[in-house]
Amino acid sequence: MKACGTVFKYGDNIDTDVIIPARYLNSSDPKELASHCMEDAIHSTVPFAANVKDGDIIVAERNFGCGSSREHAPIAIKASGISCVIAKSFARIFYRNCINIGLPILECEEAANDIDMSDKVEVNFDTGVITNLTKNKTYQAQPFPEFMKEMMAAGGLIEQTKVKLGLKK
Amino acid sequence: MGMTMTQKILAAHAGLESVKAGQLIEAKLDLVLGNDVTTPVAIKEFKKIGVDKVFDKDKVAIVPDHFTPNKDIKSAEHCKMVREFAHGKDITNYFEVGQMGIEHCLLPESGLVVSGDVVIGADSHTCTYGALGAFSTGVGSTDMAVGMARGVAWFKVPAALKFVLKNKPAQWVSGKDIILHIIGMIGVDGALYKSMEFVGDGLQYLSMDDRFTIANMAIEAGGKNGIFPVDEKTLEYVKEHSQKTPVVYEADEDAEYDAVYEIDLSTLRPTVAYPHLPENTKTIDEAKGLEIDQVVIGSCTNGRISDMRIAASILKGKKIDKNIRCIILPGTQKIWLQCVEEGLATIFVEAGCAFSTPTCGPCLGGHMGILAKGERALSTTNRNFIGRMGHPESEVYLASPAVAAASAIYGKITDPAEV
Repeated sequence: MKACGTVFKYGDNIDTDVIIPARYLNSSDPKELASHCMEDAIHSTVPFAANVKDGDIIVAERNFGCGSSREHAPIAIKASGISCVIAKSFARIFYRNCINIGLPILECEEAANDIDMSDKVEVNFDTGVITNLTKNKTYQAQPFPEFMKEMMAAGGLIEQTKVKLGLKK
Repeated sequence: MGMTMTQKILAAHAGLESVKAGQLIEAKLDLVLGNDVTTPVAIKEFKKIGVDKVFDKDKVAIVPDHFTPNKDIKSAEHCKMVREFAHGKDITNYFEVGQMGIEHCLLPESGLVVSGDVVIGADSHTCTYGALGAFSTGVGSTDMAVGMARGVAWFKVPAALKFVLKNKPAQWVSGKDIILHIIGMIGVDGALYKSMEFVGDGLQYLSMDDRFTIANMAIEAGGKNGIFPVDEKTLEYVKEHSQKTPVVYEADEDAEYDAVYEIDLSTLRPTVAYPHLPENTKTIDEAKGLEIDQVVIGSCTNGRISDMRIAASILKGKKIDKNIRCIILPGTQKIWLQCVEEGLATIFVEAGCAFSTPTCGPCLGGHMGILAKGERALSTTNRNFIGRMGHPESEVYLASPAVAAASAIYGKITDPAEV
């Protein structure tokens, strides 16, 4: 499984209020949430919602997704067409929400340090190899742990739960 | 190797003799919680699973508290969906406007959580119940959906940090100042994926309300949970509020901690967190004098009766500054009524404060106190992220109810000792 796209780059501690401000949480529609995704990343040089294309990749530094447990945050990112989020580290509720809904995420300090806004990047989920096509460099992330691979392969926590409950083969 | 308190609770709920940090387990849940923002997404996911019932109608709690009383039509539609689901599934612990409170004030008060429980909530401040010696943690809506369907959740067993709290805090130093100090010390990801276990002789000086405040903000240090040992105060609280039997777990003497921090509470000062992260802390001595536009006293962090009492003790017989809007939100209907019966409500209104029905409202920029561009609030809530209370170019400063009440009187950040 591979992803390839243009990078939106962010710094440390991007919280879920920045990813999807609470003033839009009166909706749970993924498309509507996506239209406001990263709206409060006011220091970013490239507006996200207006420029994001299917397959694009978010790269951030430490503690991405901190704060509120709102699943609206990974839902908004996924519905924006983002194929993968790479960060130095993720806040834990955001991390498990991504696994549960099947939004691929990778921790890689070297990639987060080196990749810049608008770089073209390719990710191989099976090997954890991240290739920066713009800078012609590669970085090695930890591939998904087995447990996460299984859940992703099942199509997320809901599909896996159906199997466990005997509601799906 | 021994286990931490958190690990012992998780092992017992996973049916295992022992667990260790990093291990993936599936644990039985004593309670699954959601609110009006997260439950609508959970309902959609629950329907996809294809079960007709929740695993136990007494072990699901749904509290519409964020955008309620309904702030707009879309929120009203969400609340309607949640209400119909709760009634359709015969959920015992659904709390309608008029009975509801801010979820993390309400659940302990209602006796729904006791020591030794494992609780997940689709709200990040679910970690509050660690004050009772329970394992409780925030999750997303999909976890809530699966929790409602199966009564279990997957966990990675956390490693732990130990915070040894020593000595007696000074007069105006509260649980809020202690947790802000700790977050300032270790940073907003200082406890990432880990348990924060609070121990030490200083605990005897901390009320249950102080402990709720401290456990509540474990998430602001990135923690999976914050937890306190069960002592006489805990058992007294549980006895007063719950019919359930508490189960007491203790950390093993040889439990392993990634780090141990010793904090001399007697040296702490009232503490203020500057925008836009809870880790940007300063003491009141550095912060005082900064002009503000709004004060908010309430929330799942500081909306309990002792918070109301301390704010009233400072505001009694005083008027707030004419340039300040001060909004006071008791955490539950019971606390609201206590404020009325004890005369606190009169003190607030006579001082010139707005006194509201319980809601999360302004904390997350929902309603009941949104900030305009360039405005500055001092708030007893838990987050000061960009745009948290309104316009992306507004600012939120976090502090205790004592600092908030004192600051409302002078229109600038004020040391309560100087009122």
